[in-house]
Amino acid sequence: MVKPLTESMVFSVPLILAGLGIAVGFRAGLFNIGAQGQIIVGAIVAAWLGFAFDLPPVVHLLVAILGGAIGGAVYGGIPGVLKARFGANEVIVTIMLNYIAVYLISFILRQPTFNPGRTGQRSPAVSADATYPLLIPEWLVPGNTFRLHWGFVVAVLATVFVWWLLERSTVGFEIRAVGANPKAARTAGMSVGRTTIITMVVAGALAGLAATGQVLGTEGSLTAGVAASYGFDAITVALLGRSRPWGTFFAGLLFGALKAGGFLMQSLTQTPIDIVLVVQSLIVLFIAAPPLVRTIFRLPAPSARPRSRRAVKEAAA
Amino acid sequence: MKLELRGITKVFGPLVANDHIDLVVEPGEIHALLGENGAGKSTLMNVLYGLYDPDGGEILLDGEQVRFKGPGDAVAAGIGMVHQHFMLVPVFTVAESVALGYEPAGPGGVLDLDRARQRVTEISERFGFHVDPDALIEDLPVGVQQRVEIIKALSRDAKVLILDEPTAVLTPQETDELIGIMGELKEAGTSIVFITHKLREVRAVADKITVIRRGKVVGEASPSSTETELASMMVGRSVSLTVDKEPATPGGPAFVVEDLTVVSPAGNVLVDDISFEVRAGEILCIAGVQGNGQTELAEAILGLEEVDSGRMVLDGTELGGTGVRDRLRAGIGFVPEDRSTDGVISSFTIAENLVLDIYDTPDFARGVTMSPTKVAENAVRRADEFDVRYTDVQDPISTLSGGNAQKVVLAREMSRPLRLLVASQPTRGLDVGSIEFVHNRVVRERDKGTPCIIVSTELDEVLGLADRIAVMYRGRIVGVVDGADADRDMLGLMMAGVPLEDARRQAAEHHSVLGEADRAETPGAPAAAAETPHTPDPASPEERP
Repeated sequence: MVKPLTESMVFSVPLILAGLGIAVGFRAGLFNIGAQGQIIVGAIVAAWLGFAFDLPPVVHLLVAILGGAIGGAVYGGIPGVLKARFGANEVIVTIMLNYIAVYLISFILRQPTFNPGRTGQRSPAVSADATYPLLIPEWLVPGNTFRLHWGFVVAVLATVFVWWLLERSTVGFEIRAVGANPKAARTAGMSVGRTTIITMVVAGALAGLAATGQVLGTEGSLTAGVAASYGFDAITVALLGRSRPWGTFFAGLLFGALKAGGFLMQSLTQTPIDIVLVVQSLIVLFIAAPPLVRTIFRLPAPSARPRSRRAVKEAAA
Repeated sequence: MKLELRGITKVFGPLVANDHIDLVVEPGEIHALLGENGAGKSTLMNVLYGLYDPDGGEILLDGEQVRFKGPGDAVAAGIGMVHQHFMLVPVFTVAESVALGYEPAGPGGVLDLDRARQRVTEISERFGFHVDPDALIEDLPVGVQQRVEIIKALSRDAKVLILDEPTAVLTPQETDELIGIMGELKEAGTSIVFITHKLREVRAVADKITVIRRGKVVGEASPSSTETELASMMVGRSVSLTVDKEPATPGGPAFVVEDLTVVSPAGNVLVDDISFEVRAGEILCIAGVQGNGQTELAEAILGLEEVDSGRMVLDGTELGGTGVRDRLRAGIGFVPEDRSTDGVISSFTIAENLVLDIYDTPDFARGVTMSPTKVAENAVRRADEFDVRYTDVQDPISTLSGGNAQKVVLAREMSRPLRLLVASQPTRGLDVGSIEFVHNRVVRERDKGTPCIIVSTELDEVLGLADRIAVMYRGRIVGVVDGADADRDMLGLMMAGVPLEDARRQAAEHHSVLGEADRAETPGAPAAAAETPHTPDPASPEERP
């Protein structure tokens, strides 16, 4: 009974973290398609720190996590700097960087350090000190096979952090201002370029954290398919969460459940797994096109200028 | 053609934009539709033009009921509209523009431009428009572009012509010409519906005036009513049309601009070698027709626009090389020209908009953590002080009317100790009551000793507010006049590029219709029946350092 729930949470870790990264970008008016590449680079750094070094237990994990975040941050920062400095379109740059990351990982997995066995598929396993401990340990529930690890806690903490960043910090105020109206932000003395760079760095760092959930937790080593399609699913997650931190968190849980349940659903009920993709796509369609939904269900359009009761009263007076 | 609207009602959600409006326009009549921004004038005309479907009421043309499914139907029925913002393609010629939408075609669908050209010449000659059918739209002055719009409507046999705020973009002299054209059209039997919120023009041209307030017809007036009468009908209470201010007591030069030049990325000289100074405690108005470099000048002062050469000195400190934030912190208050794109962030709350450029000061943030409580407290205080009508400071600012949103901008910019106030079009799109309020606050800032630069295209505002007036034309300052001896005709000529002395002479020789109206009124007895100080009078919160 509990195992499916924990499996859903396992799958949701990278979705939530990368989704948060995309959401921060959305709030700054940036369409960051590059989570995929940022996950890959974060994964490479985190895995390398995880297997190639020998550090004390807790420190090793923290270093590996930090390394993953920095790897993603640097890779996310590149399109940020290019946009701020030269006006390069972040959509195109991040898509291109995704390709670079994909070829980078397949190149790296052929190098002796990452691939002692020359199989080109998998790096050495990350040292036990650098892996996320299981969240529900053996002594608590004997004989459990839960894979849920502390990466989930990182996802929760990251959600809290992003909420604080966007709603309570001056940096978030700038991010939201630049996203909602860059001209007004500039007139108010904010630096649009600086905010763009900060946003992309934060987005990349969050994607890098998503990678640590995979290489330091679920997978335990670096594989060519480490990012799976998480970087793209994260866009859907952020859309469904309407770019709000907690919205993204719960959207991530939902998509995690869809991913976790898909395989079981197929083997037990012969329902094609593609139905998961169909459901996800419909969700995007319905969120992305409110007018379409209104037309289908004949809902009234929200009034252009909502007026409060008091304003109406004043107008009548 | 006689146009009759009966009981027109148009509802947007909870907002009743038009509430059973009746309107009769006789053939060959100039009927002014007077009302403040947001009173429902444009909605009514959009209903008439077939852009909106009315929720109730009927439209009658010569006594027959008609129903328009779109502008096409309205045009076919003989209704023409000249929008406030012209619907012209800059790279088209006049003939092409006129042909656009009903393209006359020869055999095989070949565009017959000759016929269009002929039509333009014909109409142009008949009404004395002087428009060359082969001129490119982008080369024409705004006044002529407007005539092209009128020709366009007439070429489709418009019997009723709707002019939506036609004088907003014109100099007084161009307005004069427009008034002449309206007279010609009227002679020819065309009915004109003239939408405006400018009282002076209404009195100069209208045969009949219908006043609309909050979606309802509040009454009809004759052109012989005084401006004060019209204003009180329009606003619903008595208002002061003159700016109430003492003569300025200016100090030394506080802000000096020397040889300032701004060049656009495309290489156009937008601000051309300008020098002027503003003294402490005086209001310098920059007058001019929209697009003569005033916007760029204001933005250059704040640092939004890159300066090509020249320098600006504020209280002895060079501004060059500092960013927007530095200049704001140095005490420049900036009210941008376009409130909705530059002044506020519409999805942000009223409270957030009130700290848009001071959010990271120690008053509202410790380190990088902002204090929502302090932001909210500040909002309540500022909003009350500036008489912003709101429901909750946590509502998005988009729920406020234009006037209240502008008060938010002013409240924000004046909440700091200022060393220079730059306000572009501070009252554009505001109702009479808010205009009065904004003007009073600017004067109060001046009286605190702050040098103020007000950029305005509205001559009424310039004449009422300025201690000195600099007129800009094509990026240059044509001349600087003292506010006291400025006159509408002279400024109008200067706005068209006529040098100061020539303008003074010409203005003395020939008076425009509106200038005439000015003279008739001055020496102005206080226009308002009763002063209504509708704002609380808070002790000025900040003293200049």
